[in-house]
Amino acid sequence: MGQILLQVDDLHTQFFTSRGVVRAVDGVSLHIDAGETLGIVGESGCGKTITALSILRLVPDPGRITAGKIMFRGRDVTKFDDDEIRDFRGNDVAMIFQDPMTSLNPVTKVGFQIEEAMTAHNRFSASLARTRVVELLKRVRVPAAESRVKDYPHQFSGGMRQRAMIAMGLANEPSLLIADEPTTALDVTVQAQIIQLMKQLNRELGTAMMLITHNMALVASLCQRVVVMYAGRIVEEGPVEQIFKSPQHPYTWSLLRSVPRVDEARKDRLVSIHGLPPDLTNPPPGCKFHPRCPFVIDRCKIDEPGLSEVAANQVARCWVLMRNVKDEDVAAAKASALSLDAAKKLKAEAPPEVGTVAGG
Amino acid sequence: MTNLAIYIIRRLLWMIPVLFFVIVITFGLMHLAPGGPWDREGRQLSPQVVNNLNVKYGLDKPLPQQFLTYIWGVVHFDFGDSLKSPGQHVSDRILQSWPYTFTLGAVAFILLVPIGIGLGVIAALRQNSLLDYTALGLATAAASTPNFVVGIFLIIVFALGMNKLTDGNFYFPTGGMPQPFNPFQVELIMPVITLAALPTAYIARLTRSSTLDTLRQDFVRTAWAKGLKSRLVVMRHVLKNSLIPVVTALGPTFAFLITGSFITETLFSIPGIGRAFVTSIAGRDYTMILGTTILFAVLIALVNLVVDVLYVFIDPRVRLTD
Repeated sequence: MGQILLQVDDLHTQFFTSRGVVRAVDGVSLHIDAGETLGIVGESGCGKTITALSILRLVPDPGRITAGKIMFRGRDVTKFDDDEIRDFRGNDVAMIFQDPMTSLNPVTKVGFQIEEAMTAHNRFSASLARTRVVELLKRVRVPAAESRVKDYPHQFSGGMRQRAMIAMGLANEPSLLIADEPTTALDVTVQAQIIQLMKQLNRELGTAMMLITHNMALVASLCQRVVVMYAGRIVEEGPVEQIFKSPQHPYTWSLLRSVPRVDEARKDRLVSIHGLPPDLTNPPPGCKFHPRCPFVIDRCKIDEPGLSEVAANQVARCWVLMRNVKDEDVAAAKASALSLDAAKKLKAEAPPEVGTVAGG
Repeated sequence: MTNLAIYIIRRLLWMIPVLFFVIVITFGLMHLAPGGPWDREGRQLSPQVVNNLNVKYGLDKPLPQQFLTYIWGVVHFDFGDSLKSPGQHVSDRILQSWPYTFTLGAVAFILLVPIGIGLGVIAALRQNSLLDYTALGLATAAASTPNFVVGIFLIIVFALGMNKLTDGNFYFPTGGMPQPFNPFQVELIMPVITLAALPTAYIARLTRSSTLDTLRQDFVRTAWAKGLKSRLVVMRHVLKNSLIPVVTALGPTFAFLITGSFITETLFSIPGIGRAFVTSIAGRDYTMILGTTILFAVLIALVNLVVDVLYVFIDPRVRLTD
């Protein structure tokens, strides 16, 4: 691929809470090439969003980037002064957020909120910014864009608001657009439209995208490369097709098994990942995933594996690797997908959202 | 805009039934209360005199008839004569005393808005700093100190104490308010502080919590992510939202201030309507009680209407219907 646009190097972001230090991002290294689409997947609370917010230095209190480098076009973002970081946000790297219902200011006109993203930087003059707002809304296929610029967010539907957010993100023609769960809050038909739109924009404008999601299907349809995160760490990384075809980390495998597939006859049960993600103030020793891993061996409990190359362009953090797991063990893991009773029990015990299933 | 005009007219018309029920309730409670306007401490008036007075003011008629007579008068803007100040119209007495109260309340309000909001915003933007704790501490102290304590404290320190210290050369006077409608009288300083301390603290605390709440909103993060300057994030995105509930609270606060405070007016011998109202209740001055209550009801209804109309301009999500 092309040249490296963003290189995150051994990033640590920690939250200093009264319960202790939460290691939300714990030594993450990744890179994005110009024009590339990278997916970051994992369960809720695995550090995906904090990684993205760290790149823009928008980590909320009491969080701080404690170590690591974020190199953007050869300059370290973590060393930017106030003015440099301000001009970096929304200009070089823009971000769109999960919930379009709450991400727009309710008392300011949508058009002005997009215009403001341009006037905050020097790329476009004030008058050009005003005319570009309509163009941008047209580009993200908001119908009747000329009159819609004068509307307030509550006059937009959820899908239209997310389009407006994307228009805002693209306003300064950033070289990287970070999208944090951009479709989670939308209903299914609107999701498909937004995905289509993002795909098209990436192709037309050559904007690199970092897509944060727990939705494997979204990654498959949008991304070239995928990074799988668990408990603040990268556990597997590689080209999307390769990862989907032969995931090597049991966590990736479980994530993929937990998504229903329409194109495949339902031979197997959906696998849910037992248990909860670890408490990041006090993560388990060894591999962070071992308490939930169906293929755990003794070594996993003491010794944490490093990321090692498992195939061309594919790395995984695992002592076992899926290709070394015996077929009958895989079959057993599939069959152990919770019985209906057990699932109910678990649901009653755990908070509903994070209880049983990874994403989807 | 025509929508707005229709809305305002409708709201003004709605005030008529509201006022009617205010009068019904006040009239009823007033006559339910034991005693009457002619009761005296010590030696009572002779039954003959009381009877003559009752006849003169129509108090000998059955209550429903008295009520209808009163309503008929109100419809013609005649609020009757004060029972306690013979020969004086209730409307004249109100017009004499209310300007003092209004001046005091308006000055208090004009100072309260920037100080209360300013302290609240600064405290929120510097949350958990020394500045925040100081502002919050002051606000808590002001909110929990009764105004008669504040007033007496001010009198002791700035009137009596300073008078003594400077041999009578420099001190704040306590002698009432020489002129109505003059906001620049040194006599206003202490009553304004006494009256405004509590509502200022209330507004500051409300502003602080509302601003803290808004600072955590997703759209504020969006504003930062755009690369806006912090001044613009605060002005355009935080304050525009966080001050909406503050405006809501400012309406009743203003109504509270311009309807007078018995304690403040008494402490500083201001001939305002708060005092007149309380005195008229104690003296069972029926017409005065009703007249003042009607004024207060009209003021509160008007202030609420102004706040509701302001809402249209500060919050686009609000539509005037009903």
